[in-house]
Amino acid sequence: MKPHHHLDHGTVMAYAAGTLDEAFMIVVASHLALCAFCRKAVHEAEALGGELMSELAANAVSAECRTRTFAALDQATLHRLPVAVPQTELPVPLARLLDATSFKDIAWKKKAPGVAMFDIKLPAHARGQLKLLRIGAGRAMPEHGHGGEEITLVLQGAYRDHMGRFARGDVADLDQDIEHQPVVEQDGDCICLVATEAPTRFKSLAARLMQPFVGI
Amino acid sequence: MLAVMDSADRQKDRDKQTQEALFRALIKRVAQNHDRQAFAGLFDHFAPRLKSFMMRKNASAELAEDLVQEAMIAVWTKAGLYEPAKGSVTTWVFTIARNLRIDRIRRDVHMPMSELGDYDAPSDAPEGEELLGRKQEDGMVSKALGNIPDEQRQVLLLSFVEDMPQSEIAARLAIPLGTVKSRMRLAYGHLRRILETGL
Repeated sequence: MKPHHHLDHGTVMAYAAGTLDEAFMIVVASHLALCAFCRKAVHEAEALGGELMSELAANAVSAECRTRTFAALDQATLHRLPVAVPQTELPVPLARLLDATSFKDIAWKKKAPGVAMFDIKLPAHARGQLKLLRIGAGRAMPEHGHGGEEITLVLQGAYRDHMGRFARGDVADLDQDIEHQPVVEQDGDCICLVATEAPTRFKSLAARLMQPFVGI
Repeated sequence: MLAVMDSADRQKDRDKQTQEALFRALIKRVAQNHDRQAFAGLFDHFAPRLKSFMMRKNASAELAEDLVQEAMIAVWTKAGLYEPAKGSVTTWVFTIARNLRIDRIRRDVHMPMSELGDYDAPSDAPEGEELLGRKQEDGMVSKALGNIPDEQRQVLLLSFVEDMPQSEIAARLAIPLGTVKSRMRLAYGHLRRILETGL
């Protein structure tokens, strides 16, 4: 099934330019693995990058650089066409990052009744925070970003809010000032991949988790 | 006057298409025959531009040339992976350079971020659906870029060339983050319109 909720074009451009924080980059790459529509948009944005690069003034390369490059060609290992990786529960970029193919392999930490979380470790210098959230059927999603940029990708199940229904592959790439109160559908858990900019405010999160759970 | 500009535009389009056709032929020779002469043709065109691209943020000429070397070696080793249907050779070289920058300059070499969203991987979607029509792309992108307002162009350069996150661009230009984002969106929308309608 094709996703219905797509990336903001500002995000598409930042991804193509390579300037997104790592946490956001991984959520975007995971969405792209599930969404041909946004893949096309990224390719187009990359074409802009190519054009900008080709319009740069040429900066003469030294003879040594040329010689070194040509000398290295013989030792260079040629890349082969990679074998298509079968899509698993986890989109390929996330599966690679976590070295896991099923949500059962994830070391979930229970945070509250019906709410489990897994913090994804990023390289030391990486910017942004990345986590998986698993919310039980019929429950309200905790708000996890609060006061910063945030992007959420649904990987399993579905939730609804005033923007509509978000199911596997759908991405909520919203401005930080948009308030929303997502509620998970009744027929199963909802698993989301969430990137946030600011360090998560656990106080706020805990407060939200203690809220009475809302049914649909 | 308009007709003159039009024909100049069309000439530019044709030049771009000719140049891209040449690049594709060279890439093919590199991929199939490890043809060094073909590679030299690609090197002489791309290396000086890659060097400019790599020399932002006060990077030294030495570092820039190291990265040029690495990028050009990747062109050699990955030539067999280049798919014309995915976009122009110029775009492909840009993505190689961008990924190098992501992995080597800013980030952790032990965990290459750029490999996470690997465009070399064959995709599961029907090809025709996701790919840029190449004919459309050659010339059209430069047309789009030539026609956007300076304030959008400036943001694009800071982002794609200077490698600045949107928040940094906002600080540099002393404008709200939302304005940076909307300029990026407008620039993309502009490209989209030209790709779709040619106008």
